[in-house]
Amino acid sequence: MTEYRAPLRDIRHVLSSIVDIDDLGQHFGGLDLDTSMGILEEAGRFIVDQVAPLNRVGDTVGSVLNDDGTVTTPPGFAEAYKAFVEAGWGGIGFPEEYGGGAMPGTMGIAVQEMLTSASMGFSLCPLLTQGAIDMLLHHGSEQQRETYLAKMISGQWSGTMNLTEPDAGSDVGALRTKAVKADDGTYRITGTKIYITFGEHDMAENIVHLVLARTPDAPPGTKGISCFIVPKFILDADGNPGVRNDAKVVSIEHKLGIHASPTCVMAFGEEDGAVGYLIGEENQGMRYMFTMMNNARLSVGLEGLCISERAFQQAYQYATERVQGRTVGAEKGSSNAIIDHPDVRRMLLTMRAQIDAMRAICYYDSAAVDRSLVGDNEADRQAAADLAQLLTPITKGWCTDVGCEVTSTAIQIYGGMGYVEETGVAQHFRDARIAPIYEGTNGIQALDLVMRKLPMNGGAVIGGYLADMAKTTTALQSAGGELAAIGASLESAVATLTEATTWLGENGMADPVQAMAGATPYLEMMGIVTGGWLLGRSALAAQAAIDAGTDDPSFFEAKIGSAAFFAAHLLPRAAGLLAAVTAGRDVLFRLDADQLAS
Amino acid sequence: MNIVVCVKQIPDPADPGALDPETKTLKRDVKLILDESDSYGVEMALQLAGDEGTVSLVSMAPNSEVGGLRTALAMGAESAVLVSDDALKGSDALTTAKVLAAAIAKSSPDLVIAATESSDGYTGTVPEQIAALMDLPSVTFAKEIALDGGTAKVKRQTESGYDSVECPLPCLVSVTAGVVEPRYPSFKGIMAAKAKPVEEVTVADLGLDAGSVGWAGAGQEIVSIEDAPAREAGEVIEDEGDAHERIVAFLDELKVL
Ligand SMILES: Cc1cc2nc3c(=O)[nH]c(=O)nc-3n(C[C@H](O)[C@H](O)[C@H](O)COP(=O)(O)OP(=O)(O)OC[C@H]3O[C@@H](n4cnc5c(N)ncnc54)[C@H](O)[C@@H]3O)c2cc1C
Repeated sequence: MTEYRAPLRDIRHVLSSIVDIDDLGQHFGGLDLDTSMGILEEAGRFIVDQVAPLNRVGDTVGSVLNDDGTVTTPPGFAEAYKAFVEAGWGGIGFPEEYGGGAMPGTMGIAVQEMLTSASMGFSLCPLLTQGAIDMLLHHGSEQQRETYLAKMISGQWSGTMNLTEPDAGSDVGALRTKAVKADDGTYRITGTKIYITFGEHDMAENIVHLVLARTPDAPPGTKGISCFIVPKFILDADGNPGVRNDAKVVSIEHKLGIHASPTCVMAFGEEDGAVGYLIGEENQGMRYMFTMMNNARLSVGLEGLCISERAFQQAYQYATERVQGRTVGAEKGSSNAIIDHPDVRRMLLTMRAQIDAMRAICYYDSAAVDRSLVGDNEADRQAAADLAQLLTPITKGWCTDVGCEVTSTAIQIYGGMGYVEETGVAQHFRDARIAPIYEGTNGIQALDLVMRKLPMNGGAVIGGYLADMAKTTTALQSAGGELAAIGASLESAVATLTEATTWLGENGMADPVQAMAGATPYLEMMGIVTGGWLLGRSALAAQAAIDAGTDDPSFFEAKIGSAAFFAAHLLPRAAGLLAAVTAGRDVLFRLDADQLAS
Repeated sequence: MNIVVCVKQIPDPADPGALDPETKTLKRDVKLILDESDSYGVEMALQLAGDEGTVSLVSMAPNSEVGGLRTALAMGAESAVLVSDDALKGSDALTTAKVLAAAIAKSSPDLVIAATESSDGYTGTVPEQIAALMDLPSVTFAKEIALDGGTAKVKRQTESGYDSVECPLPCLVSVTAGVVEPRYPSFKGIMAAKAKPVEEVTVADLGLDAGSVGWAGAGQEIVSIEDAPAREAGEVIEDEGDAHERIVAFLDELKVL
């Protein structure tokens, strides 16, 4: 099995060409590209040495529920987590006030990229903690922030998000967990939550569960949801973990992948009710969830990139080593490494180009989130916030679907050896498969994009987005040569996307089901065109670096090559999706449910 | 306790550098990183210094390179002296020792720590030359150092085990690679390192004559460089019942038994 190599040059390239970290860094004490990379190199060294080697044992041994209700994470995980906490990598994007690193969130994303590639199962513990931190930062009372944040930002305490119940998955509004106010102003929580990531484990001193529940006279649906802090250990007077709360893991799931991450069924209040502390006001829980949703969905989208990167590194290595078959023109009786076969090249390049596109999308999204918080003026911040809103379902939906495709292609490159567990490449495929499901299924992402995001500001947000794409097209075409060819392909893809968008706007207005019917192919089209667009920008930046006499011309030429491949092989897929986007509802409902089975 | 660690900054071994055919030396115009061999000495020094002592660094490197120094500062060292001077190009081991000795002498340390050998040059002579030039006792191949008043108690790795030796301070100890677990710089350590002082000095600042260093001062000449011979194919022993005997005989021949 190949070791993980931190893709620092690629990260540097997107930080420079897509994020413009020197500009963003002005809001963060003058952080610049070189300083950023100095930090990321050290983070990468730690992650490569200490976390990446655990990926395999994470899969083969997994997390285990013991008879006494504790969960043991795979061998080495607790030690590595401790080292991760000591090094302080989990908190770099959070405010200094609570011991965070005060870096842009995008730097946190870069660390998270490497951590997730190293071991997705491991990365989920800090990931869920981040979601809980975001919630408390934005909506916790001052006292709650003081009590919990420093320990969570350091990672000494981890966090969980408890939304899902047996009858409330995509429809969070259907949840039934109860919260009853006690005389002392705290609440007693009773109910069952399922699929709770890192709901119980042995890596942190305490677990801060954030639980969505309903007070006795709450209105039905999403308007009646409140959010509570339910610590595993109730804190004593000094703020240290004290009495065990009535919140326990009942079982953990046997899953297709991410075996290292314990997915827990949690029972709250089997005895006297779990002690919970209300965040903000009653019935506002869903509104609060929305503020952390962009970050959480971006993080899951990032998983698509990360697993793809790891799978690619491994498949590439195999393709250079596996000798099989003779290429055209090679000496009779000789054999070649499979990387020399055109179809294997096609597979590798498809992976490479999609990885570059995913990285560009994730970091572009992350930079928009950062700028929405620190932009120079209200108008800039609002524009960045709108962009982040638009990008969220694209990042989450497209990158996680592509993650499944890329990890599957990695297996294909291995041939039979890929299907055999021994090589470890199958693990990536199994791990990647969850990402299109959790944090809002990709079906829900497509609906979010079409029904909520396209209509933002009366269509002005998507309009501006398409106009930005057109600017890149023009720049590519006036650059001439290979770049102009990329520009031509992008121009026609943008035209297709514009046509699809207009169709959805016109027909969705009259009958929302028309738009819903085409939402998923539209999301795919949007992902492809966004990827092609940002790779166009990446290619322009690469050409500029070459023209300026970079000392690493081969790297930048490869970036142009990757964009050119995307333009030739992948961007044209957008046109093939147009018919499906605009096919409308009738073709889907032409068969009734019974006919569908026959 | 004032400890100075000599650290070398070398081209990243994962991204191997090239030899310059003209000078027959390693090209050092790429980005340099902390030689892993030195990370053990830095770790030992930090452990020995604890909260009371100070750990500072001395390095000689071209082009004002501080990449590797920053890593060691991020681990916890307090300050560094960097000797960087075009006149130093082509310096041999003895010249390097002279330059480092002059830089170390500025801070009159109680203890000087160096690696046994660097991972790019492997001369393995610089630490002892420094000790001789500074008139310090030196202990080689340390796997453990303990300080007891004015004495360094050192466990010296040997082929069969270790020697326990004692040596009065100040002294120089060279440390074997792999004997401690070097800490990873924390995020806070990295940020703090940016503000830590790195004093850059030239040959003249150290009171050395430019004519006595670099190509001009080198007492050694690299006559030619050749590729390392390709590894020869190993012997495959097919087991015909006597494999164990043949393996024992083979090991015996290598004198490892
Ligand atoms: C490994 C793992 C970890 C998880 N971690 C957590 C966690 O930490 N915390 C937490 O709260 N939850 C967690 N989940 C739960 C996860 O978020 C849900 O599984 C997800 O939201 C989907 O809900 P569901 O499983 O009930 O599927 P359903 O909602 O039943 O969906 C089934 C299918 O129907 C589609 N569908 C449903 N409704 C609609 C609609 N309105 N329009 C179009 N299509 C629709 C879906 O897209 C999907 O294809 C985790 C799940 C897994 C498997």
